[in-house]
Amino acid sequence: MLSLAPEKVTAAQPAPQKVAAVPLIEVKGVRKEFPGVVALDDASFCLRHGTVHALMGENGAGKSTLMKILAGVQPPDKGVFRLNGQDVTLSSPLDALEKGIAMIHQELNLMPYMTVAENIWIRREPLGRFGLIDHGRMADMTRQLLSELAIDIDPESLVRDLSISERQMVEIAKAVSYNSDVLIMDEPTSALTEHEVAHLFRIIKSLRAQGKGIIYITHKMNELSEIADEVTIFRDGRYIGCMQTERLDRDEIIRMMVGREVGDMFPKETAQIGEVVMSVRNLTLDGVFHDVSFELRSGEILGVAGLIGSGRSNVAETLFGVTPASSGSISLFGQPVTISSPKVAMSHGMAFLTEDRKDTGCFLKLSIQENMQISVLGGDNVQAGFVRQSALSSVCEEMSATLRVKAPGLYERVENLSGGNQQKVLIGRWLLTNPRILILDEPTRGIDVGAKAEIHRLISRLACQGVAVIMISSELPEVLGMSDRVMVMHEGRVTGILDRSEADQVRIMQLASH
Amino acid sequence: MAISNAGQIGNAGKPAKSTFRLPGEARIFVVLMGVALLFEVLGWFLVGQSFLANTDRLLVMILQVSVIGIIAVGVTQIIIMDGIDLSSGSVVALTAMVSASLAQTSDFGRAVFPSLTDLPVVVPLLAGLLVGLCCGLLNGFVIAKTAIPPFIATLGVMVTARGLAKWYTEGEPISMLSDDYAAIGSGVTPILIFLGVAAVFHVILSYTRYGKYTYAIGANRAAARVSGINVNKHLVIVYTVAGLLSGLAGVVTSARAVSGQAGMGMMYELDAIAAAVIGGTSLAGGVGRITGTVIGVLILGVVTSGFTFLRIDAYYQEIVKGVIIVVAVVADQYRQRNRRA
Repeated sequence: MLSLAPEKVTAAQPAPQKVAAVPLIEVKGVRKEFPGVVALDDASFCLRHGTVHALMGENGAGKSTLMKILAGVQPPDKGVFRLNGQDVTLSSPLDALEKGIAMIHQELNLMPYMTVAENIWIRREPLGRFGLIDHGRMADMTRQLLSELAIDIDPESLVRDLSISERQMVEIAKAVSYNSDVLIMDEPTSALTEHEVAHLFRIIKSLRAQGKGIIYITHKMNELSEIADEVTIFRDGRYIGCMQTERLDRDEIIRMMVGREVGDMFPKETAQIGEVVMSVRNLTLDGVFHDVSFELRSGEILGVAGLIGSGRSNVAETLFGVTPASSGSISLFGQPVTISSPKVAMSHGMAFLTEDRKDTGCFLKLSIQENMQISVLGGDNVQAGFVRQSALSSVCEEMSATLRVKAPGLYERVENLSGGNQQKVLIGRWLLTNPRILILDEPTRGIDVGAKAEIHRLISRLACQGVAVIMISSELPEVLGMSDRVMVMHEGRVTGILDRSEADQVRIMQLASH
Repeated sequence: MAISNAGQIGNAGKPAKSTFRLPGEARIFVVLMGVALLFEVLGWFLVGQSFLANTDRLLVMILQVSVIGIIAVGVTQIIIMDGIDLSSGSVVALTAMVSASLAQTSDFGRAVFPSLTDLPVVVPLLAGLLVGLCCGLLNGFVIAKTAIPPFIATLGVMVTARGLAKWYTEGEPISMLSDDYAAIGSGVTPILIFLGVAAVFHVILSYTRYGKYTYAIGANRAAARVSGINVNKHLVIVYTVAGLLSGLAGVVTSARAVSGQAGMGMMYELDAIAAAVIGGTSLAGGVGRITGTVIGVLILGVVTSGFTFLRIDAYYQEIVKGVIIVVAVVADQYRQRNRRA
C-alpha cells in the first residue's frame, strides 16, 4: 500500500514529573480490529495525575477508537490497560464511569426536554419520603456543583433552552459529579466562541489542579500550548510519538500526523485548463460559512481541504442548491445564476456526489439500474410519458462496464453491493447527466485501495475531457495527488488557495488548523 | 451493447438460471391459494360443498373487496413513497354523500337539492371525483408545506372529512338515486373498475417517470432531492392521485348501496393498508407493487367470504384477519433479513 517514511520518535520518554509516579491510565500494545479494518495497532498511551494530555491525528488515525476503549464503549482485542497501576477490563460505559472515567462526547448526550438538574443526576436522583424524587434537594446539589465550577446556569432550566456551550458546561458538570479521576473531552471547543473557550480552559485548569487527568482530543494547534501538558500523536491506527508541549515544535507535530509518501495512487494527467466556468463571490450561508470566493476553470481539479466542520461540505451543498445561499453570487459560464434547488443546478450542467453514500446518495432498496438512471429520466429518455427502459438499460450497462461495477446484473439491489461499487454506481448516475461541473464530496471514503485508484483515474480522465471538478477530501494525499489547486477552509472561511506547486501537507495543515 | 468488455455486468455467457428470480408476488399468490384451499377442504368437511367451484360466490367475494381494492391501489403508491393515508375511509363517506346528493331523482319530494335532480350521471360522478381529489390535494399540500408527519396530516383529514359527511345532511341518509347512477355499482362493474384501475397504475408505476420518482422518494428522500427530483411537488401529486381513487371508491360505494350514508367506508383505510402490506409493500418505503396489493386484496376477500361460507361468526373472521396481517409482515421481514445475511 503506502510506504511509510521512517520516523524519528521524539521524546518518547517524557521527563519525570513531580506528580505521583504511578500513571492514572497506562495503555500498552492495544489492538482493535473492525471487519476489514485495523483501527488501532500496538497503541500506547499514558495519562498522569494532574495533567492535560492532548491527542492528535488526522481523521481516522485511531483517536476515537482509543477513546471508545478507554470509556468502555468497546473492548480492545488485545493489550494492557492499567488504571492506577491495576489491570482493568471495562464491560460498559457505565462500568467505566463507576471506575472513575467519564467521557464528554462530541455529539452531546443530554436529554433536551429534561432540566439541567435531572440530566446531571439521572439514575442517581436523591430520594425523599416514599421513595419519590426530592427535586428541591436535587436543585441544591446542582447549584452547589455548578458554583464550584463557576458555571452560571439555572438548574431548573430545560436543556433545550441552553446554548451549545452551556450544554457543554452541563456535560462537564455531569462528568465531575461522578467524582471521576479521568475526563475525556472530544473536541470540546469545536462549537464554542473565544470567550466560552476561555471559560472552559479555566474549568479544565481547576480540575487539573485537583489532580484529575484530562484527555483532550483536538485538531487545533494553538490550543496545545495553551492548555495541554503533553501531546500524543496517532497516525493510521498507530502510536507515533509523545512529547511535552513545553518543547512543542508545530511543524514537527504536523509531520508526525501526516508523514507518509504519496505514491502513484494518484495517476494525475495534465489536462488542458480552459476558461473560467464557475465564479463564486462572497458566498455566505449564515452561521455556517462566510465570504467564500473562488474561480473554477474547465479541465481543472480544485481540491478542497479542511477539517470536518470547516464548512467544506456545506459550500458544496450550497453550490448545488441543496441549501441555497444567504448571500453572495455565483456565475456559471459567465452568466450570473441563482441556484435554488438541485434541479436548477443540474439544468446548468452541474453534478454533485454527496459525502454520505447511504444518507443522501443511494436508493439502497432499488436496483443498480434504477439508481443510475434516476437523474436522466427526462428529454429523449421519456416518450409519450413512458420511460424508454430498453434504451436506458443499454446506456446503464455500458456505464457499469466502463466503471467496472462488480455485480451479477443491473437488477441487483444496491444494498447488496460493496461500498466501492455503490460509489461507482453513484458516479455513474452523475456521469450519465454529462456534467460540465462535477462536485465530488469524499469520492473515495470508505472504499478499498484498488477502487480508490480507479476512481482517481476516472476523475483525472474527466478533467482531461474538459470537465471542471471540485473535489472535497479529508485525505490530504488525495487532495495533493489530484488537485491543480487546493482551497483550504477553516471554521467557515477560506484560509487560502494554494497552487499545485506550492501545496504540501504542512502548508495545508497550517491553513486548516490556523 | 458494449457490455462484455469488462465482463462484470450483464448475463452474457452465464446460464439464464442464475438471473432468474421468482417475482415477489409469486409467494403471496401461494399464500392466497393456500388460504383458498384451506377453505375448500374445510368446506368439504363442515358444510359439504365446494368453496371454489362456485362462480357466483367468487364474484361476490371479489365484489365485496373491490372498493377496498380501488383505495388500496392509491394507498400502495403512498406507502411506496414512505407515506401513509388514514383519510381514505372518511373520504369515501364524504364523496358518497356529495355524489349521491347530485344523483337523486325528481320523483322524490325531499331531495337534498330539489333544483338539482335528474342530472346526467356524469355530474355526480365528476363531483365525487373532485371531492376525493380535493381531499388528497389537502393531504399532500399539508404534508409538503408543513413537513408534519403524514400520519398526523391524514388523521386530521380523516376526522374532518367524516365530520363533513355527517354535517352535509345532518346525518340523514340520501336515497332515491337514479338508475344510471346505480348502474356504476351494479353487477360486475365495481370489479371491472377495480381491475382497470389496478392495471393502469401497475403500468404507470412500472414504466413512467411518475412511478420511478415514487419509488426513489420512498427509498431515500434526501437522495431523491439531490438527484434533481422536486420531492414536494411529487408528494402532492401522489396524495392527490390517492384522494382521487378514494373519491372513485366513494362513488362506487354509494352506487352499490343506491344511497349515501355518513357511516360508509368505516375502517376502509385500514383494510386498504393491510392489503398493501400483505401484498409485500414495505412501510419503510421504496418497495411494493400493485400486483402484490391486488393479491393482498383478494386474500382479505377470501378470508371474509370463507368464514361466511363456513357459517362461522364474524368475530373470528376479524381475529383471523388481524393475525394474517401481522404474520404476513413478520414473515416478510424474516425473509428480507435472511436474504441480506
